[in-house]
Amino acid sequence: MNRLPRWLVPALVAPPALGLAVFYLWPLGTLVARVVRPGSIAEALGAPGIARVLWFTLWQAVASTVLTLLVGFAPAYVLARYRFPGRRALLAAVTVPFMLPTVVVGAAFLALLPASWHGTARAVIVAHVFFNIAVVVRLVGAPWAVLPTDLTAAARTLGASPRQVLRHVVLPLLRPGLWAAGTVVFLFTFTSFGAVRLLGGAANPTLEVEIARRATQLGDVDGAAVLSVLQLAVLAIVVWWSARWQRRATVQFHGADSTRRARSRSQRRQVASVAAVTAVMMATPLAVLVSRSFRLGDGWSLRAWRTLGSAEVRPGISLGVDPIASLATSLRFAVVAAGISVTVGGLAALGISSARRRGRLLDVGLMLPLGTSAVTIGLGMLITFDTAPVDWRASWWLIPVGHALVATPFVVRALLPVLRSIPADQRAAAATLGASPLRAWWAINVRHLRRPIAGSAGLAAAISLGEFGATTFLTRAGSETMPIAIARLLGRTGEIPRAQGFALATILLVTTALIIAVAERQGVLDARDA
Amino acid sequence: MLATRDITVRFGERTVLDHVSLQVATGEVVALLGPSGAGKSTLLRVIAGVLTADGGSVWLDDRDITALPAHRRNIGLVFQDEQLFPHLTVAGNIGFGLRMQGIARALAAARVDELLHLIGLTAFANRPVTQLSGGEAKRVALARSLAPRPAVLLLDEPLTGLDRDLHDRLAGELAALLRATGTTALLVTHDRDEAVAIADRTITL
Repeated sequence: MNRLPRWLVPALVAPPALGLAVFYLWPLGTLVARVVRPGSIAEALGAPGIARVLWFTLWQAVASTVLTLLVGFAPAYVLARYRFPGRRALLAAVTVPFMLPTVVVGAAFLALLPASWHGTARAVIVAHVFFNIAVVVRLVGAPWAVLPTDLTAAARTLGASPRQVLRHVVLPLLRPGLWAAGTVVFLFTFTSFGAVRLLGGAANPTLEVEIARRATQLGDVDGAAVLSVLQLAVLAIVVWWSARWQRRATVQFHGADSTRRARSRSQRRQVASVAAVTAVMMATPLAVLVSRSFRLGDGWSLRAWRTLGSAEVRPGISLGVDPIASLATSLRFAVVAAGISVTVGGLAALGISSARRRGRLLDVGLMLPLGTSAVTIGLGMLITFDTAPVDWRASWWLIPVGHALVATPFVVRALLPVLRSIPADQRAAAATLGASPLRAWWAINVRHLRRPIAGSAGLAAAISLGEFGATTFLTRAGSETMPIAIARLLGRTGEIPRAQGFALATILLVTTALIIAVAERQGVLDARDA
Repeated sequence: MLATRDITVRFGERTVLDHVSLQVATGEVVALLGPSGAGKSTLLRVIAGVLTADGGSVWLDDRDITALPAHRRNIGLVFQDEQLFPHLTVAGNIGFGLRMQGIARALAAARVDELLHLIGLTAFANRPVTQLSGGEAKRVALARSLAPRPAVLLLDEPLTGLDRDLHDRLAGELAALLRATGTTALLVTHDRDEAVAIADRTITL
């Protein structure tokens, strides 16, 4: 094993543990404390319209989940079972949207869907399906890829038609994967914020949007707190229930990968048509987003792009959102958030890999922000850091700290396996050459860690660039991030702000896609699945 | 009668089967011998319809079934590694083909009992197949393929991987079983003794 000296471990673990306690556990505790008050729950739930919000949140999540499973099934099948030219590209086309900022996906569907769809539940659900197909392809595709081909062949020779094979053999054996995918998609769509904010309109608020509205527009922080805690409870129940179900239904295959080339003409036709439809489905919204940034009225125009640098729409009339300034702000926050995540995540990973059992506690603790909705994190910080001596709401750094909270677990996940796999005898070898233990450790680990650190820094930057939910609560006029600016621009009437919103979303799309591509080459993205 | 005419299969550049023709008379048990990699298993898959050949045709009782999908051929295939359905019990596996044909529940249950009796695993009906020993799993796989009364039964190395004692005992059982049920069978093996013990006739590929 690759352990550091014992006395060093507490020093390594302290900063991440402290950061987690101050910026996650404390705000969450404050939030819960606000709720534990006689009458608060009845009051919040009794508020007019709350039943409708709950109902909409639930049914759109269920509908999105079912539709995503249905739409994602064919691509999952083709990508899991067949090797074909362009397979890697298709896999990327399916996976990338999942990592795009929700605001970019929202903007893309705003650009794609006809005006009559704007502000409807349909628009929200369609965007959710697009966003989450990756989850089905990954979580259903993984068990499908190792399902032995001969098992379905055996069913065929016993007289089962292809449909019967699907129903009586494939589906029962994929059930754990389907459950896992369904659960993840449900959790994402139940807590969806960015896409709903842009596409759902005032008539279709999810719980998440309602929490933000109450806290930031109505000033009803207590009501918002009650709803966040209610949401946390629902999520916890769903996760617990699903985990129980999944454990019951798991069948393990020690089989090898059954991915192979299509043999018969009908198989080839099937693969080609599914791949083509999937590619078009995944590429169209993003392509339309880019093209709409160049359209004004009925013609093509560069005006939206040329006016990105100023907040003025007409001479003297300012919108209060400066797109280029938001780009600068976002980049600055992204660099800071990436720095914090890599430092804190790096220390945590070192501590966890060197500590024995107690390291696990920190590992799980650092994962918690991922299971908490962005709006809950933002709201918790908003109500916690508003009184002296922690009146940090006016401090610009609170936003990148919030981003780092969400990005750090990815850094830890990327670094831990590498740290654990560095063989101890390399260190011993260096030590016999006369290096002190710390020097030896440093010399060896730095070489192994350079790539995963670079990759996960990029990933952290991408997460920071796209973060919308928590930022909504912490943002201040004049220092909007790109997602906030995009949402503002697209919320305005008038063609130019709209086209500017699409242009800014295009910049965010391209930046994020580039960062993802670089991170992918560092091999850190697989860690994201884990 | 089962017959293949000029079956040719290529995997990429490699030709695995080159114009292979053979015949198995009704009620006959034929062993197909050959070194590993000779394409024996591939030929069984082509006959069963789970692999498309690049050329040639498959005939059953003077009917060309080359284009017929696997589930309409009424040809059973026992896999070398059994391929039992891990989510079903022993009885569920044996009754699978009957369920697919929509045979009445009581009738199917009787047939499953009959087969459980035949392979001597009556007490195992409700066990998950993941708990079976190697020999038990092979018996269940055989019973599962026999249940829908296939016109032809194909067996791909049905006794490979068993210890010597069990192998010899099962070889005897299998020979008796195929005769008792009057099954037309084509058996793939690389073991000449096994071929002689079970089959009426051997073909070398």
